[in-house]
Amino acid sequence: MNWMDALLRFFRPAPSGAVAKERLRLVLLSDRINLAPEVVDQLRGDLIATISRYMEIDEIGLDVTFETRENDVALLANIPIKGVRARPLPPPMPAAPPAPSDAATGAVDLAEAAEEPASEHASEPAAPRKRRTKSR
Amino acid sequence: MAEQQAAAAIPPEDLDSASAGAEQTAQRQAAPQTLGTAIVVTSGKGGVGKTTSTANIGAALALRGRSVCLIDADVGLRNLDVVLGLENRVSRHFLDVIEKKCELDDALVKDKRVPSMMLLPAAQTREKDDVRTADMVALVEELRKRFDYVLIDSPAGIEMGFKNAVAGAQRAIVVTTPEVSAVRDADRVVGLLPKGIEVQLIVNRLRPQLVRRGKMLSVAQVDEILRLPLLGVVPDEPEVVVATNRGEPVSLDPSSRTGEAYRRAVARLEGEQVEIEDYSAEGGFFEKLAAWIGGRR
Repeated sequence: MNWMDALLRFFRPAPSGAVAKERLRLVLLSDRINLAPEVVDQLRGDLIATISRYMEIDEIGLDVTFETRENDVALLANIPIKGVRARPLPPPMPAAPPAPSDAATGAVDLAEAAEEPASEHASEPAAPRKRRTKSR
Repeated sequence: MAEQQAAAAIPPEDLDSASAGAEQTAQRQAAPQTLGTAIVVTSGKGGVGKTTSTANIGAALALRGRSVCLIDADVGLRNLDVVLGLENRVSRHFLDVIEKKCELDDALVKDKRVPSMMLLPAAQTREKDDVRTADMVALVEELRKRFDYVLIDSPAGIEMGFKNAVAGAQRAIVVTTPEVSAVRDADRVVGLLPKGIEVQLIVNRLRPQLVRRGKMLSVAQVDEILRLPLLGVVPDEPEVVVATNRGEPVSLDPSSRTGEAYRRAVARLEGEQVEIEDYSAEGGFFEKLAAWIGGRR
């Protein structure tokens, strides 16, 4: 537009723009995955419930964190195993969510949980995030 | 000015820090006890360079051997971490500290380039109204015991976030650009600062060529309107864009012109008599010719 902008374009080395874009990608990923503590607790509970069907785990030692790495953000779950069950337990009844809905934990969180059946954690939570990404 | 050079680290004031990392403990013992100065960087208007100025003033102070803590007070819209290039090292934030969910040392992010500078990040998933002014003041007080300077990067606006940011400060740096809207907001913000606070002005993004052609407010004109002690004048340079892209404050770059402007501003901040830059003689032959032909419109 004016000479200053032209100068700016001329002097800015392409790499730094690329660096900016890559840094932004990572920081946005990290921002969007920054789930509220209650949601992380819920995820933790669901993980415990699902994995406990297959093996006996140390619930107190279970640690769920997000780690921003060089090129991505990872969900890290450290789950100490005490023993493996001879036979998996049956899946929990989906009747569970309505019961504690009056509890002080917050109706919104529980409503969200009800939308996602326990058996499909792996794919379900990612969907709303993706939608947000597209809209940008 | 260099007598306090050893003040690069943190005083050994808190006894219960024995559990903290050995490295930090060692650092703390090396330094004298300092009750530092808290300085809020604010502007009213957004986008004038508050965060960039905070990062650069902090880095320039650290280069002078001062221990500096930069607080990002922009809860919900934090950016000081990305401007400093420290976004990947943020784990906790100051609300975690206030709410006692973690220790102060767990939230502080050390800058490897200038080890006497640390960042205390803002919470990204919280709101400005979640912070109580009294808690913020107490936090700043605590940091002043440990750092020579506590720089508070205020959010834009004059609401709760601004009020919390200014509450614990003894000094204020008001950042403006030579634009009508920015100068107006700067004036408004100065009126809202607590009484007794020492205020200084940074004029950012000055384009000397435009000023010379009379197409931009000059520093003298801004000065005349706001009547504030001038801390620094920072020219508008493409290198700032590059530096922000990379997350490297310009004041750490010895060859940077804007970096030099910030380093000089910091010398003034520490009471040195440094002449205010005069960029008016700048510009190449064609610039001067264009200015001559173009007249004074």
